[in-house]
Amino acid sequence: MIWALALAAGAIVGAGVYLSLSRHLLRVVVGVSLIGAAANLVLLAMARATGPEPPVIRAGEVELAAGLDPLPQALVLTAIVIGFSLTCFSLVLVLAIAQRTRDTDGDALRAAEPHPDRDGKPPVEGDA
Amino acid sequence: MGNWLLPLPVILPLATALLTMVSWRRPRVQGLIAGASLGALLAVSTALLGLVWTEGTQRTSFGGWPAPFGIEFAVDPLGAAMVSITALMGATAALFSLGDADPGTPSPTLWPLTFALLAGVGGAFVTADLFNLYVWFELMLVASLGLLALGGEPRHLDAALKYFVLNALGTLLLLLAVGYLYGLTGHLGFVPLRGALTDLDGATLGPFVALLVLAILIKAGAFPLCAWLPASYPTLPASLVALFAGLLTKVGIYVLLRLLGGVLPALPAFLTQGLAWVAAATMLVGVLGAAFHWDLRRILAFHIISQIGYMLLGIALLTKAGQVATVFYVIHHIVVKANLFLIAGLVFRMTGTYDLRRAGGLYVARPALALLFAIPALSLVGLPPLSGFWAKLLVLREALAQQQLALAVVALAVGLLTLYSMLKIWLEAFWKPHPDPDWSPPSHVGLTPAYLATGLLAAVTLAFGVMPEPMLQLAERAVETLREAGP
Repeated sequence: MIWALALAAGAIVGAGVYLSLSRHLLRVVVGVSLIGAAANLVLLAMARATGPEPPVIRAGEVELAAGLDPLPQALVLTAIVIGFSLTCFSLVLVLAIAQRTRDTDGDALRAAEPHPDRDGKPPVEGDA
Repeated sequence: MGNWLLPLPVILPLATALLTMVSWRRPRVQGLIAGASLGALLAVSTALLGLVWTEGTQRTSFGGWPAPFGIEFAVDPLGAAMVSITALMGATAALFSLGDADPGTPSPTLWPLTFALLAGVGGAFVTADLFNLYVWFELMLVASLGLLALGGEPRHLDAALKYFVLNALGTLLLLLAVGYLYGLTGHLGFVPLRGALTDLDGATLGPFVALLVLAILIKAGAFPLCAWLPASYPTLPASLVALFAGLLTKVGIYVLLRLLGGVLPALPAFLTQGLAWVAAATMLVGVLGAAFHWDLRRILAFHIISQIGYMLLGIALLTKAGQVATVFYVIHHIVVKANLFLIAGLVFRMTGTYDLRRAGGLYVARPALALLFAIPALSLVGLPPLSGFWAKLLVLREALAQQQLALAVVALAVGLLTLYSMLKIWLEAFWKPHPDPDWSPPSHVGLTPAYLATGLLAAVTLAFGVMPEPMLQLAERAVETLREAGP
């Protein structure tokens, strides 16, 4: 079970990195949110992956022998909620950029950082 | 029992964010609430600093769960100093925004987002829990994204996206590292984590610590992961960019200092040596970017990166003296850098442009502004008797004491290049005559609050410079507490 989780997290990180290296903005933000999903999966795996036993310490024992550690699950809930809001925000952001500039190519996105002029110097503000 | 003070640096801004959100239809009410809250924040943080100074580290945990189980807030001298400087920066930025220098687009969500940002920063300074720290980083990220996108023009959205991608990645890597460290130790609190980590050997711990450090380095804007900073900061209006530039990257430095100084066990030598060279590269790349650009805000944004390098170098030296140097540097830098961005806003108001090639003549037209610029500018360069001189001296002295000659040479060369790029601003914006001979500065300006804010910060810089002893004492006390007991 833990191996399946590890492989899944690895595959999702791979997909996320691949997508976020793309020039298409929508792919970039989907890639980032995939990496977030993988981080959540890793967090979940830190609760161990034993099975359906409840996290109760049996009478006479001092530590939890079987059952999932509930704390990482609480943590992952927080992380999922935060990640969801960030994904929503970034999708709207890309949509707004696409509507305003009619372009989703990351390389063409130079509104905040104009290209240098022909002579290699930064462009004069207000000339472009 | 002063423990009820501890959560206030978070609760106060969060409550203000809610109140200003509710009163979004009434800008005047919003402004009054914001002003009152910033005043209260200043009072609370000063009280906290006094309390921590006399009675030592204060702790409190939530929900009736004691230390290793519940989430803990802890304020030691370092945290209290950072909270105080945050309150000071929030108040001066707000004061500045009362003037009409580079006000940006008015928006009902400006105050709620600003206070959410302050809550995130305050939370990162008072928390003693790794996962809680991640939550504050996320709050800072969301709030700063909102502030970046507030303008709504393509350049604002462009900046927000570039800021988002690398910063979100940094936060996710932090989450991953937090998860792994929890898996290794079963603890998230700084104190129990410190106890549990000492039992593990470096080889097991290495990759996870490296992941954690990488995540924080993205947040701090270290080379080569610094591209998001100069891409996004220059699109903000002056009072906001001062707040961003003063506080956000320094939260990263603070967290790195806290974790490497008081929570994680000693790193393997190659990692600290690597960190030292990252620091050197950060200094150099930042200052070269500053030397290239002609836009006032871009020059200053690249200077942040370069100065982050000095702070990282202090941390990478690992000794007490190095860490003291970093604490001193961080506090000096927050004041000076925020002030420079505010003064850039004043220059913009006078000349109508941030591009140095189109500006000029300010020394003749506004000599007081020229003097006001010279104080933080020369302090950033590191000339005595200003605060930057002591900060750089402390870092350099420790680098030389550790026989790190190459690093010291890089730091000195970067100081020279910083002087060059500051001279460029001075010569272009202040000294040379304005390119348009008919130009005269606008006569009807409402800049009194802006001059007050920048003057106050300049006075703080001068005070740190002339009397470095109290500041140095605070830094030493902060580092001693950090190294002794963790946070």
